[in-house]
Amino acid sequence: MSAVTVRDVFKTYGDAPVLERVNLEVADGDFCAIVGASGCGKSTFLRMLLAQELPSRGRIHIGDARPAREPGPDRGVVFQRYSVFPHLSVRDNLILPVSFRDSPILGRLFGSALRKAEAEANATLERVGLAHVADAWPSQLSGGMQQRLAIAQALVRRPRVLLLDEPFGALDPGTRLSMHDFLLDLWRDSGMTIFMVSHDLSEAFKLGTRVVVFDKPRWDPQDPSRYGATITHDFRLGDKKGETSNDPTHESDRETAAAAIRDADAARPGGNPAAPPS
Amino acid sequence: MRWINRRPGRPLLFVLAALPFVLTLLAYVVGSDIRRTANPNDKLLPALEKVIDRAQALATEPDRRSGEILLWQDTAASLQRLAIGVACAAAIGVVFGLLIGLFPLARSALASYVAVLSLIPPLALLPVLFLVFGLGETAKIVLITVGITPFLIRDLGQRVLEIPLEQLVKAQTLGASSWQIMTRVALPQLAPRLIQAVRLSLGPAWLFLIASEAIAAQAGLGYRIFLVRRYLAMDIIIPYVLWITVLAFLIDWSLRLTSRRAFRWAHVEGESL
Repeated sequence: MSAVTVRDVFKTYGDAPVLERVNLEVADGDFCAIVGASGCGKSTFLRMLLAQELPSRGRIHIGDARPAREPGPDRGVVFQRYSVFPHLSVRDNLILPVSFRDSPILGRLFGSALRKAEAEANATLERVGLAHVADAWPSQLSGGMQQRLAIAQALVRRPRVLLLDEPFGALDPGTRLSMHDFLLDLWRDSGMTIFMVSHDLSEAFKLGTRVVVFDKPRWDPQDPSRYGATITHDFRLGDKKGETSNDPTHESDRETAAAAIRDADAARPGGNPAAPPS
Repeated sequence: MRWINRRPGRPLLFVLAALPFVLTLLAYVVGSDIRRTANPNDKLLPALEKVIDRAQALATEPDRRSGEILLWQDTAASLQRLAIGVACAAAIGVVFGLLIGLFPLARSALASYVAVLSLIPPLALLPVLFLVFGLGETAKIVLITVGITPFLIRDLGQRVLEIPLEQLVKAQTLGASSWQIMTRVALPQLAPRLIQAVRLSLGPAWLFLIASEAIAAQAGLGYRIFLVRRYLAMDIIIPYVLWITVLAFLIDWSLRLTSRRAFRWAHVEGESL
């Protein structure tokens, strides 16, 4: 069944359309990478999946639930920055979601409930390789470790979908590669549905079982903000993920996507050329 | 070498830091000397030894009339007013700062109201406070609270607004309610900023304290200064002013230390004032 259904979604800010007629069905367990030129509305789309913003028209369903009006525990999120709580230790960052669930008034756990949550947090930290920094503050961690913590934290409440907004954008290339393996392992273990916005095509094609490209199908050179973007390409790459990062059968798909993004950036007045696929 | 690139070594650093203090003291001694050469009974700039003797007497000898040691009595009275006034202001500031910073509805209702309130000069309200609350402790405490609360509300509200939206969204996806976001996400991050804001507002708080003590009080540092002003008792005023300065410094220093001890996470990155 579909984990996420997007039907005829439009988004406008004031008079400016950002997204037009977006339709998407993503199956349970898919890893859906979202790419596009900068300013094409892919982050707006993710914020609507998150229910941080609501569509101007159309509906977004997670499973068969009613469209959400605000973010909730059925969707987890990791942003590029500020995704963990700086005033809590690494371990407490993982206990916090449990406290939210089990202690509505105080938001704190005590006694055996606390010890149980601590044990679970320790086990998670062990699994994501952060056990040695359990008592540190997040700001003392490297960027990659912070993002690992952010992902682990987002999964504590077992969301149906995990939304990632350029989660590795601020990391150096080596760390980024190890984060890819980390994320793929988590994804395979949990069988969860993941959406990831990325500006890096090779990353999108390496991780995604599906890659959707956002672009403006119509373009008015006199008034670039007249038309919104929509999904122009939708590549289904199967579910072989991780083993072969450079599958030649997907080479042409990647070229198509890269060309679409390049064209969009070239058409933009004063636009910067998209990063070429490496 | 350019002057902007010259940095003092350790000994020079010490000398440079001490220099303005030494020069001020020197200026006083010389000025006092000149005046006392012209008039041995000059009261405006009494001799340094006389000031020191008097300071020692103030701190050790009981007053003939009341039997209390005046300096400590005044210090206790003033610090009590200051502490209660600032604590009330801090409590109000935190509550309204959280409301304004987190809830758009409260922000719409209160933000411009508080902005207007903060434009009222608190000292202009002093007569009103004395009329309403009488000449006792309440009016003085309320003046301090009224004087610094608008600043605290606005500053703390702004700090809450500065919490990255990503954090608030993340908390929601972890299942937090508005109340839980307020108490477990916003409030703890506001705490070190509260200490910072209180440190900034202590200057005005002292101003309001001394102004209200000057008008009506039975004890207090400001009261004493304005009382002995009539006798031109600079040998009392100068130790009192220095003592207030020392107190203000100690309070500021202990608040800074408290923040570093209690909120180590807020001081991991970079240095702050």
